[in-house]
Parts: sequence; C-alpha cells; structure tokens
Amino acid sequence: MIEQAPALIVVIPLISALFITIIGLYQPRFSWALTIVTFALSSIFAFICLQHVVTVGPISYVFGNWPAPFGIEYAIDHLNALIVLMISVVAFLVAIYSKHDIAKELGDKIPHFYSLFTLLVTGLLGITLTGDAFNLYVLLEISALTSYALLALSGGRAYIATFNYLIMGTIGACFYLLGVGYLLINTGSLNMADISVILSNNTYSYAVLAAFLFIMIGMWTKMALFPLHSWLPNAYTYAPTSTSCLLAPLMTKVSVYVMLRMMTSVFNYDYIFNVLQWQSVIVTLAVIAILAGSVLALRQDNLKRMLTYLIVAEIGYMVGGAWLGNANGFTGASYHIIADGFMTLCLFLAIGCIIYKVGDASLSSMKGIFTKMPVTMVGFLVGAFSMIGIPPTCGFFSKWYLISGAYEAAAWPFLVALLISSLVNAVLFFRIIEVGYFQALPSEEPNHHHPNIKRDEAPLSMLIPLLTTAGLLIGIGLYTADIVTYLIQPFIKNFL
Amino acid sequence: MQTMTSILPAAIVLVSFIGSVFVFFTKKNENLREAWTFITAAINIVLLFKMAKWILAGNTYSFHIAEVLPGLPLFFKVDGFGMLFAFVAGSLWVVTSLYSIGYMRPLKEHAQTRYFACFALAISATMGVAFSGNVLTMYLFYEILSLSTYPLVTHHQDAEARGGGRKYLTFLLTTSIGFALPAMIITYLNTGTLTFSNAGIFTQAIDPTLLIVLLLLFIFGFAKSGMMPFHVWLPGAMVAPTPVSALLHAVAVVKVGVFCVLRILTGVFGIDLLSSTPLSTIVCVIASITVIISSLIALTQDNLKRRLAFSTVGQLSYIVLGAGIATSFGVVGSMTHIAMHAFGKITLFFCAGAIFVATGKKYISQMVGIGKQMPFTMIAFLIGSMSVIGLPLTGGIISKWYMVLGAMDSGRLWILIIYLISSLLNAAYFFPIVYNAFFCKDEDSQFPNKIKEAPLAALLPPVITAIGTVILFIYPELFLNFAKIAVGVGK
Repeated sequence: MIEQAPALIVVIPLISALFITIIGLYQPRFSWALTIVTFALSSIFAFICLQHVVTVGPISYVFGNWPAPFGIEYAIDHLNALIVLMISVVAFLVAIYSKHDIAKELGDKIPHFYSLFTLLVTGLLGITLTGDAFNLYVLLEISALTSYALLALSGGRAYIATFNYLIMGTIGACFYLLGVGYLLINTGSLNMADISVILSNNTYSYAVLAAFLFIMIGMWTKMALFPLHSWLPNAYTYAPTSTSCLLAPLMTKVSVYVMLRMMTSVFNYDYIFNVLQWQSVIVTLAVIAILAGSVLALRQDNLKRMLTYLIVAEIGYMVGGAWLGNANGFTGASYHIIADGFMTLCLFLAIGCIIYKVGDASLSSMKGIFTKMPVTMVGFLVGAFSMIGIPPTCGFFSKWYLISGAYEAAAWPFLVALLISSLVNAVLFFRIIEVGYFQALPSEEPNHHHPNIKRDEAPLSMLIPLLTTAGLLIGIGLYTADIVTYLIQPFIKNFL
Repeated sequence: MQTMTSILPAAIVLVSFIGSVFVFFTKKNENLREAWTFITAAINIVLLFKMAKWILAGNTYSFHIAEVLPGLPLFFKVDGFGMLFAFVAGSLWVVTSLYSIGYMRPLKEHAQTRYFACFALAISATMGVAFSGNVLTMYLFYEILSLSTYPLVTHHQDAEARGGGRKYLTFLLTTSIGFALPAMIITYLNTGTLTFSNAGIFTQAIDPTLLIVLLLLFIFGFAKSGMMPFHVWLPGAMVAPTPVSALLHAVAVVKVGVFCVLRILTGVFGIDLLSSTPLSTIVCVIASITVIISSLIALTQDNLKRRLAFSTVGQLSYIVLGAGIATSFGVVGSMTHIAMHAFGKITLFFCAGAIFVATGKKYISQMVGIGKQMPFTMIAFLIGSMSVIGLPLTGGIISKWYMVLGAMDSGRLWILIIYLISSLLNAAYFFPIVYNAFFCKDEDSQFPNKIKEAPLAALLPPVITAIGTVILFIYPELFLNFAKIAVGVGK
C-alpha cells in the first residue's frame, strides 16, 4: 500500500470524482462528506511521500511497470512532495469550508460542484507529481477545463469572465504544448529527466530556445504574470466563494511550480543563466508585475477583487525570485509558493465568511465587522500580517529570502519593489481595518456612543478551516528553518 | 561571565501575554479583570527580581525559542541593559495600570477590556524586545508592539483617533519595513550573524559607505525612537487616552525605539567601531539636530500633552546622542537615562491626565493658578520636570552627568554645548507652567482656592513616580549598576 502512495494521491480523487456525482444524486450531503474523506486520504498519502523523500530520498514511481523513458513516471523530489502536500491540505480545508457556502450559492448543483472540485484538484496533484512533460499537459487541461466549469457555475457576469479565462488559458496551454513538441523533436523523449540528460549533451539550437520560450510564455499566461494577467481578476471575483478559495491559492502557484520544474529538471542553470542570460529582462518584468499588481489593488473597492490583484503582485515575487539566479532567490521563490498558497487561502476564506454573512465584499460593508465577526477577523488579520510580512508569519520569511537574493544579485529595483509592495499591502489592509474598526465614526455622535452591533459569526464549518489556515501561517513561519534545510535546499543543490 | 539557560525570560514574556488573554475573557467582571493585570504585573516583578542577582554578578541568561531560519534562531539573551529596561517597564506598568483604572472608570471610557488586554500585550512585547538576543528577535517583538498599541492609540475610535492612528502606523511600519528590514538582511548577509555582542558584529573589513548606509537605515528604521524627521507619529499619537500616552512615552513604545537604537549602536556596530569611524559623529549630529529643534517646537505648544510629546522627542535624541558619543560613560549615561527619563516623564503625563480628570483642562494657558486647587499634582509635576531638565534631587541629573562625562571624554566640546542649550530650553518650557500654577496673582487664578484633587487612583500614581524620581537620585545604583555591567565598566 505504502509503495503505491504516489499513485494513490492522484488516483483516489480521480475515482471518487465519479462516485461523488452518483452518490450525490441520492443525497447531496454525502458528496460533501466523500470529498472531505478523499482529500484527507490524499493528504495522508502526500505526507507519507514527503516523509519518505526526506528520510530516504526522491521517489520514482512508474505506472504499469513501464520503465521510465517509455512509460509515465511520477518523480517526487523534495520540492513537489511539499507542494503536493500543500495542494491536498488546501483542498481538504476548502472542502470542509464549502458546505454552507455551496448550499447557499449553488443549492441545486452540489454534486456537480464537488465532482468538478475533486477532478480539478486531481489535475493539480498530477501536474505536480508527474515527471512526464506531455502527461503534465494532459493534467493541465484537466484542471483547466474543470476550472472553467467551476468558475462559471455562479452564472451572470461569471460567464464572460470565464470565457476570457478560457481563451487565455487555452492559449497558454497551446504555448506549453508547442514547447513540449519542440522538445520532442529535439530529443525524442517526453520524460523530463531523460530530456534533461539528452539536452545537456547537445548544443543548444534555436529549436531548444523556442521550446524553452514557448513553455515559459505558456506558464506565464497560466500564472497571470503581468501583463498576461487580465483574465484573472474578473474570473476569480465573479466565481462562487468556494471556487475562488480553491483556485486562488492553487492554480497560479502550480503554474509557478511548473516554471521552476522546467527550469530545474528539464533545462539547466548553465543554459538559462549563462547561455540565454534573460535574467535582467525577466526580473524587470517581475518588478513591473509587483508594482502594477500593487497599484491596481489599491484602486479596488471590492475586497475579493483587491485580493486578485495581490495575487498578480505575488506572482511577481516568485518569478523574480526564481530568475535572480542565486540560492537565496530560488529558495524564496520555492518557499513563497507554499507561503503564498496558504496566505491567499487564509484571506479568501476570511472574505468568504464575510460575504456569506454580510452579502458582499465592498469596503463599506466592512463597517463594524470587528464587533460582528471577531473570529473571522482574527483569521483575516493573521493573513493580512503575513501579506505585509510581519514576523513570525511565513510571509516575512519568504520576503527575507527574496530580499537576500535581490541583494546578492544586486537587483535593486526588485528589492525596492518588494519593500514597496509590503508597504502597499500594509496600506490596503489597514484601510480595511480602519473601516471595520472605526465603524460609523462615533465622534459624530455625542458621548462616544457606539452603535450596538450584534455578533453574527459565520458557521463553525467555515471558521475552523479559516483558523487552521491562520495557524498554519504562523506554524510554517516558525518552521522555516526546517522547511528550507530539509526540503528546499536539497532540491536547489542539484540545480545550482 | 557565565550564560545560564533559563526559562525565566520567556516566562516573563509569556506571563503578560497570558495575562492579556485572561483579561480578555473576564470582561464581565471589572474587578476580576483588573485583578489579572495586577497579578501578572506582580509576577513579572517577582521574576525580574529573581533574575537580577545573577545579572548583577555579571552573568547572562539565555533561552532558545525556535530556529526560524537556518543558523538564525529566535532567542532571548538577558544582559544588564535588557534587565534595566525590563525593570523600568515592569515597575511602571504596575503604576500605569493603577492610574488607568483611576482614569478610565471616572471618564466611563468604552471598551475597557480591549484596552487592558492590549496593554498587557504591549508589555509582553516590550519585555520581548528587552530580552532579545539578536536583531531578528528584536524586530519581531518590535512589530508586535506596533500592532498591539494601535488599538490603544486609536482607543476613542473617532475621526481624530483615526487620523492619529493612521500616522502612527504609517510612520512605524514604513520605517520598519522600508529601512530596518533591509538593513537587518544586508547586515546578516555581510556578517553571517545578527547576535548582539559588545564588540560589534562587523568584524571583517566592510565597505565604509555601506556601513554609513546601514547605520542610517537602522537609526531611522526604528522610528519609535522619534528621530526627526520620523517623529511625526508621536505628537499625532497624543489623541490616545492619557494613560496610553504615559505608556507610550515612558514605558513601552518610544523607549523600545531608543532601546533598539542603542542595541544596534552598542551590540551591532559596537562602541569601538563607532568611535574609530565617522559613524559616531553622524549619530551625534542627527541626534543633536533633533534635540534642539524639538525643544524649540515644545516651547510653542499650548496643549500640555503636545508640549510633553515634543519634550519626549528631544529627550529620546538625548539618549541616542549619549550612545552616539561612543565612550563608556556616554553609553552608561544614555542607558540610565532611559530609566530616569521614564520616571520623570511618566510623572508629567500622569499629572496632565489628573488635571484633565479633575478639571477637564488641556491647555497650558488655562492652567494659571491650578496649583491652588491641585497642589500635590503640581508638586509632582515640578519634580518630574526637574528630572527631565536634569536638576539635583532628581534622578535625571545622574544620567546627564554621565553623558556629559562621556562627551568630555570624547573631546567634543560642541556636544557639551548642545546639552547645555537643551537643558536651558527644557527649563524654559517647563518652569513657566509650574510658576504660573502656584505664583499667580489671586485675580488671575482660574481656579478656586480650595483643594480638590483628582480621584485617588489618578493622584497616587504621579505622587509615587515623583517619589521614585527622588529615590533614583539617592540610589541611582538601582539602574546604574545594570548599565555599567552591560557596558563592562567596573562597578
């Protein structure tokens, strides 16, 4: 059983996606329960894999016993073991969280929602685990197609927004596929490790350059790197709450992972940083992404929309960090995938609770929110502090590594952009806190009279995932040293 | 010198933290809620005394919290300086809590539970700063302090409080994230450590320009120390209830700011490096400018609390100036001045608050003849101002004495002149208040010739701290010895 863990992480949700629809026809409630069980199992197997990777070493799992270059291989090393765990835990938490929200927003489509939900996560888990470039494309499409459906479920403006996303997502996937095609022509192989060996023995032709460029552009589109970001804010804003809670932390981060994977496991350091030497251009793009995301976020009145622009800025962090070309920058980028995943999740969950109770997420609807939903706001504050980068939340430590990397690479614009973005985040979140805290400005009423606002919290099934995530933000922060030493450094060692 | 691993420092930080949780969950019963504050404060004092003996013998305590970054843990290390500061914060917390009750209850302030909970949290963070063993730990607690005092500063939750709170966080967060954080990271990348050491951590040769940049980033990065031009938040934060101002000015916030700056100067750069490079002069010049300008501004303020606020800005720069001289005496003087100024300034704030509770007056021009109605308060005010000016019979002269000695040691006469001018200015903005309070003509007096003081809980604290100020003149060793041990000068 344990030897099959890598496959089970993906196979369990794949199979249960079918059963969720069937079982949901009898009793919609069961589909919720089954989803939770599914991702609890996935998380456990992901954890087993992680443990194995740390204690023994990377795992190579071959499907159907076809040896690696010919069959499909799941290659689990230190980085994707960690990310798979993150994905399954996020899915698990969002599944618990979604119960009340979905019943309210999509009452009649509950089984469909959970079936799509499970399939989507299956795709993401697969993308992260696979060691096969074409298999990755297939799973990429699975997750993309299901995400279109999930995003459009709420109807109305979501249709147009999702259609935009569909176009952009398809273009991104096409670029990726073309890139893989060029690789296949060059090397005759689809297995990443195999390609890497063949490439390193070859001279780098224009075809290889095209492959690399296409794959990168594909992924940048998928991860919404500015200026390829235009699909993201609308798609996530108009989606049902639970959908955006699931997609926002995972979709873009998995694309960042694919970028890192391609840079490290298919191409190599020498090619990227010494032959191509694009780093200054890409880091500049990242700087623009960070600044643009921050500025655009400032202009938003709707909190959910504001968060979507923050994602755009955070993508800049990771792309910039990865392209600094030094250990600290790469550590920061890898660590930030995890940190940003949970940070985004925390904030989206909190905003979801507010939307559930208050009805919308405009800035003005936050009046008196501290009295009304104190527990939710605790979660929100922890997420906000992490975004700003206040220790000991994990957001601080990713910033630490990114700034270190920027300093070592003498990438001053990137360093300044990181600091500015932290400050903009502070402004963004304290603006919300101000509205929530100062309520109706009691000075306008005599005697410091404060209007009586009743407590009206979100249900426990929403609060528990939120507080768990908030706890994780601090927990991950405190265990940064272990994560970096045992998981990220062994991964980087081979690359640099 | 020995180092003992002990849970004591962590216990002190935790006790106040747990205290704040208890306060929060006993909001129904006011007396029980306040009891928690005093119980935790008392436990803190007991634990501090337990630690004092070991520290006075020249040893240190350490406690490892967590290794958050590879090779860069969060940990506590208690030395004389940390102990000195913890004692100041711990002892004044008790008095401030008493005062808070005397202030908040008669005025029927809202949200008192939040107030006392945040108060305890702020003390917890302050203790954390005092015991920090490296820059990272210090930065962590520094940030926690900024955030936990925000609800205190904006306690009234009105438009004015919002403006003040906005300034407060804007300046504190901008500087800590924009300046202190990169300075910390760059220091770490260049030296491989962030652990405080009296010899400094820049042991290898390092680009002198970079050193200057780092120095400036650090000094302005810890903006709680109120160095101009990043002092703006301090007068702005005067919108807070008076006990909070007292806490901000004497116990927690600004003192944490100068504590951090002093730690950076003595523990990261080290006295030797400062005095052998132009760094010392740079610090002195920056601090001197703030000293003079803020004193001049204080002269023009009619709002008593604002005048006190600018006086604080000046005194903080005094402390930084003392360390900037970079001689043993100067540093001892500036460390001790943290304590001396704390007792003096908290007395002044308590008095300002007591006046407000008893008469509702905020402006100095309205306080002519107030000594006839509130003689005890105004005598306490006199003693407090004498300490801030640095006159005999109060503790303030002791620390100033050491700083002047330090200035003479370093052979920089102009610093002596700065000290002189500043003391004169201090006298010029404090004494008229006291003079008018007592010695005005009867027809000018705005108050009845009948003693009517503030409630006892608001009157007692300033009297206690005023007496404390005098005691510190007689027994300055209470704090002086800690400072001497921290710097390593013979007892």
